[in-house]
Amino acid sequence: MIFNPKTRTWGLYIDSEMVVGDVAVHIENLSKQYRIGGPQARYKTMRETLIDMAAAPARRLRRFGRPAPPEETIWALKDVTFDVERGQVVGIIGRNGAGKTTLLRILSRITEPTEGYAEIKGRVGSLLEVGTGFHPELTGRENIYLNGAILGMRRVEIDRKFDEIVAFSEIEKFLDTPVKRYSSGMYVRLAFSVAAHLEPEILLVDEVLAVGDAAFQKKCLGKMGDVASEGRTVLFVSHNMAAVAGLCQRALLLENGRKNVDGPVSNVIARYGDLLDQARTGDLTSVNDRGGTGAVKTTSIWWVDSQGAHLSMLQSGQTVELRIAYAAKHALRDPSFLVGVYDSLSRRVFFLDSSESGGLPETLPPRGIVRCLIEDLPLPAGSYRLNLAILAEHELADHVTHAAEIQVLGGDFFGSGVLKRHRRVCLLKHRWDVADLTQDR
Amino acid sequence: MNTTIDDQQTGSVTPTDHETPTTLIRPSRGWVALNLRDLWNYRELLYFLTWRDIKVRYKQTVLGAAWAVLQPFLTMVVFSVFFGQLAKVPSDGIPYPIFSYCALLPWSYFSGALDRASNSLVGSSHLITKVYFPRLAIPISAVTAGLVDFGIAFVVLLGMMIYYSFTPTIAVLTLPLFLLLAVATALAVGLWLSALNVQYRDVRYTIPFLTQFWLFATPIAYSSSLVPEQWRTWYGLNPMAGVVEGFRWALLGKEPPTSLLAVSAVVVVLLLIGGLYYFRRMEKTFADVV
Repeated sequence: MIFNPKTRTWGLYIDSEMVVGDVAVHIENLSKQYRIGGPQARYKTMRETLIDMAAAPARRLRRFGRPAPPEETIWALKDVTFDVERGQVVGIIGRNGAGKTTLLRILSRITEPTEGYAEIKGRVGSLLEVGTGFHPELTGRENIYLNGAILGMRRVEIDRKFDEIVAFSEIEKFLDTPVKRYSSGMYVRLAFSVAAHLEPEILLVDEVLAVGDAAFQKKCLGKMGDVASEGRTVLFVSHNMAAVAGLCQRALLLENGRKNVDGPVSNVIARYGDLLDQARTGDLTSVNDRGGTGAVKTTSIWWVDSQGAHLSMLQSGQTVELRIAYAAKHALRDPSFLVGVYDSLSRRVFFLDSSESGGLPETLPPRGIVRCLIEDLPLPAGSYRLNLAILAEHELADHVTHAAEIQVLGGDFFGSGVLKRHRRVCLLKHRWDVADLTQDR
Repeated sequence: MNTTIDDQQTGSVTPTDHETPTTLIRPSRGWVALNLRDLWNYRELLYFLTWRDIKVRYKQTVLGAAWAVLQPFLTMVVFSVFFGQLAKVPSDGIPYPIFSYCALLPWSYFSGALDRASNSLVGSSHLITKVYFPRLAIPISAVTAGLVDFGIAFVVLLGMMIYYSFTPTIAVLTLPLFLLLAVATALAVGLWLSALNVQYRDVRYTIPFLTQFWLFATPIAYSSSLVPEQWRTWYGLNPMAGVVEGFRWALLGKEPPTSLLAVSAVVVVLLLIGGLYYFRRMEKTFADVV
């Protein structure tokens, strides 16, 4: 037996981690099994249970000698093992259903793992949503206390930070108004402000930055950056690759409940891009939820760079080409292709209309690929969504909402090597100059 | 891998330092420890949840806190007319209105608390699935929030005692004990029902019937002296019988229902301990099932 002074535990032998790192979170073979049907549909009525119980002996008799049929289950998380050192900011990425949220739910002790264990050293704060436990009838002031207590803050702690929370949320005037009268923006601002002033040693965050208006989002990101730089340990689940790249040094990619890659954030994001490519080549043939007459259909949509190589993520300032493949029964007369680009707040940032910008002939062949060249992509880092429409002879022929999603990472937009995290909807090429007035005398 | 010797329960927070508590997360099997210390650590949350329930209760009502009085008072009026005046139910020589109100007071607390506690977990699903805290805080706060209503309705009883010129004996000092018994009963049954309600939504529909039957099985409209002598002790198997008779003894000076109370107290303690363990056992599945 050897005593480890760091963890204050007795070990059979010392492994490398015990000696080298100050490990804040140690996760070993963590697994979580769910019965199929989804967690939400799992409560039964008493009648079903009683019938099950009554029918069980008969079933067992019939099954006599044969093994029991396996229950239909799914591993939402399977054998995930990793360590997080104190002060590290780790992004957890992966597609929907990859097990990111399940992992955070287990670490937050909301649900128990089926197998494996985790050891967390330090006070844990988890933010799986903002405004948990807000009561619409209570005032802003009252909800700050209630929400703070639910998040695990002490009353004295809330008292101490109260003014700071109010100032951050910018709702001073409405402090004594019931939150049900708040606009959704005010509500979210207040909710995030309380959450942002939580001061745990280890913070677990799930997508909470995807709220509020852009101004407030930037403020939240800034606050998250502060938290990270204060040396606190953060596990950060997000779909926003720009935010992950900006905040984390290390990332973890989950795929089907298992750990796929773990390493420096840029490598992991690149791997995630490959994974998205494999899964989704922009194929739209199976999309049934479309509008329009159906005279023509877009079959796929994708991005390529100036060399024609397929892109899974774009960079600010990059020259890119959007390609749209379509198929129709007859040649298309008087066609126009329309693409709306929306940011994460569903604001339309750009609208590309081929009849405005020109370039397409008056008649298009029944099948083909239209290409749209965009020089110096003026989008700041973030996640964007594309809606697509084709008009033929001034009639809406095809309309696909949410035809594609694209991540834009920051890039060297100005060619200056600097692209800061300012709050903005789009980037604009511009140049500064100065006239020296001291020379005129 | 290092093997820790101290065998901590799942999710328990053990301060290894004053600064850094260690949380161990792993699957638990079977019955788990009550871990009341964890609940103690979250006592402020318990306070805030109770405070929220009290604050929100009568928001956007015209009569507000008057409801706390109206419910038992109007029931008392109805009982006095039908049972006291028309059916002439004997009330051990005590004026019927105060006889029934004295029983309705703990009863309306109990039935309200039971109803709220039983639905509390399902009603807090948004909390259970989003943040950790000892789940026991939810039914406990539901039960304790009702005490404010009780306090308001109690003032009316004081008024009635002055009106009927009842001078309380020294026995009135035991009243908090009977109130505690009522709280414990509501919590004990509430723990069972709230945990069952997460699993089986049938519970929600059962509660109105349950409280209705329970009302008549409790000596509220009548006196326990109506029950044959030899069975009276066993009447205490219904803990609310103990509570109600205790209230009447403490406030109106009937003879002390000692043996009945003893049975009630034992029943409540057993129900409560069983309820706590059952609740803790089911707790780990709440977030997945609710």
